[in-house]
Amino acid sequence: MTLLSLHGIRKSFGAVDVLHGVDLSVAAGEVVGLVGDNGAGKSTLMKTITGIYRADSGSIEFDGKDILALDPGQRRQLGIEMIYQDLSLAKQQDVASNIFLGREPTKRLFGLFPGFVDKGEMDRQAAKMIERLGAHLPSINRSVGSFSGGQQQTVAIARALTFNPKLVIMDEPTAALAVREVQSVLDLIRRLKSEGIAVILISHRLNDVLSVTDRIVVLRHGRADADLVTARTNMNEVVSRIVGGGDIAAAAAHEQRG
Amino acid sequence: MASEQPGFWARVQRASVERLHIRLESLVVLLALSTAMALLSPYFLSLSNFLNILLATSTIGVLAIAATFVIGSGGLDLSLGSVMGLAGVAGAFVAVNLGWPSVLAVIACILAGAIAGYINGQLVTRAFVPAFIVTLGMLGLARGLALVISQGRAIYGLPPEIVYIGQGRPFGIPMPVIIFVLTAIVAHAVLAYTRFGRHTLALGDSEGAARAAGIRVEHHRRIIYTLSGALAGLAGLLFTARVNAGDPTAGINYELTAITAAIIGGTNLFGGRASILGTMIGALIMGVLQNGLTLLAVQSYYQQMAIGAVLILAVFIDQYQVRKESRV
Repeated sequence: MTLLSLHGIRKSFGAVDVLHGVDLSVAAGEVVGLVGDNGAGKSTLMKTITGIYRADSGSIEFDGKDILALDPGQRRQLGIEMIYQDLSLAKQQDVASNIFLGREPTKRLFGLFPGFVDKGEMDRQAAKMIERLGAHLPSINRSVGSFSGGQQQTVAIARALTFNPKLVIMDEPTAALAVREVQSVLDLIRRLKSEGIAVILISHRLNDVLSVTDRIVVLRHGRADADLVTARTNMNEVVSRIVGGGDIAAAAAHEQRG
Repeated sequence: MASEQPGFWARVQRASVERLHIRLESLVVLLALSTAMALLSPYFLSLSNFLNILLATSTIGVLAIAATFVIGSGGLDLSLGSVMGLAGVAGAFVAVNLGWPSVLAVIACILAGAIAGYINGQLVTRAFVPAFIVTLGMLGLARGLALVISQGRAIYGLPPEIVYIGQGRPFGIPMPVIIFVLTAIVAHAVLAYTRFGRHTLALGDSEGAARAAGIRVEHHRRIIYTLSGALAGLAGLLFTARVNAGDPTAGINYELTAITAAIIGGTNLFGGRASILGTMIGALIMGVLQNGLTLLAVQSYYQQMAIGAVLILAVFIDQYQVRKESRV
């Protein structure tokens, strides 16, 4: 069952064409790796899915609905979540504020005035979510900026998972992590898949991509240049598709070592 | 990894920030300053002087609330004082020159401020002119318009209902103080406990995070600037009613005092952290400082210097602490 399908997505910034008609589809519960060289358009493509950027032309369907005209908040409500490379956290706010940002539960103050944020409920749910992820944070009431990189990543992941998403996009989730933390992120991706949640994984770490995905889509010069089934491909092929020829053996050998 | 147990003072500080949304240091400064003034002047410690301080603080306090929202959202409004002057003249013009009912004059004050703020917001979010420049330009525009409307002269002869807003004393408490305190309570509730307030701070903290969370960033900014203008309009009403004249030069340099009060109260100059309670303490520090220096017969020129110095000092201390905390 196709969850997300993009057709002919184009996007340019002024005179710079970044995407020249990208086709991409993701099934429910499928893990798709999105790879490509720097500047291939990976992040731009993802932001047209979350709605941060509006595609110049093309169509985006999610769960059978045309979502091209929806803003980021509306797309989030439909179940599209993204974990950004820079984590996009409000660093001076606490854990619950970040997890619930834009979706705060409200209650009536003194049973009279509506629209007041239910901080107690937020804190309880945030603590539950962090615990479910098996993470430990010094305090849920501290500002997120005082946490380590891995802890901040946990908050960003918790934010993406709290509202039962159907699709989670991860932009370089393992780039800044220690080895042990990388394994827990990969385990998390497998767990999401087993719960029927689709994942798009953007990563330069091809070993991670090969170990956790079902399919690998190679983006090159703003086009989906290759669509490979992970079980039937290998490092050499992926690397050659990314660089598009040249000294493939040396590049692949380098990746293998890394 | 066992983290070092923070000391008692550090824990109290953290609790005051997390629970009460105030920086304890500002409260200490307020108490120290008040004690010093009480020791230096025999007139300082009295109920009537206390009400005087509150009365003088009310106009600045309302402006400081506006500054808190704008700076907390990562913006800046330098036009507060001028818009306050424009709003007062607009209200007086409607009441005296047009002879319309007082209710319309009150509405004119707040509406004039809101329109100026709305224009600020439109320019900041649509024309991509930095807030610093937009509101600096509005500082000139609003002041000039106030002088044009009033032909450079104060408008006298306000109706008694308006004068009551500035000089009435129900239960012995000056009306401006009542209006100021009520405004502060509502503003505190909005900033600390509503989605609007939380989104305001998140926006000031990280615009990217707010946008990714689906908050309509530009829309939110326009509301904040309009709100700021409307509050400046309210301050203009309070001032005009108190001095019983629509003075086109009212509020000159008030943005300096208002922004200083907000920063002393713990508002992060770059947004993301702000509280109305803190700003109220900051406004009181400004009020006590001005009142005390007046009681000590210090020339008002020196007061201006003192406020400027306090602003720089407050930002210095804040930045020093931020750097100290990030250096782990």
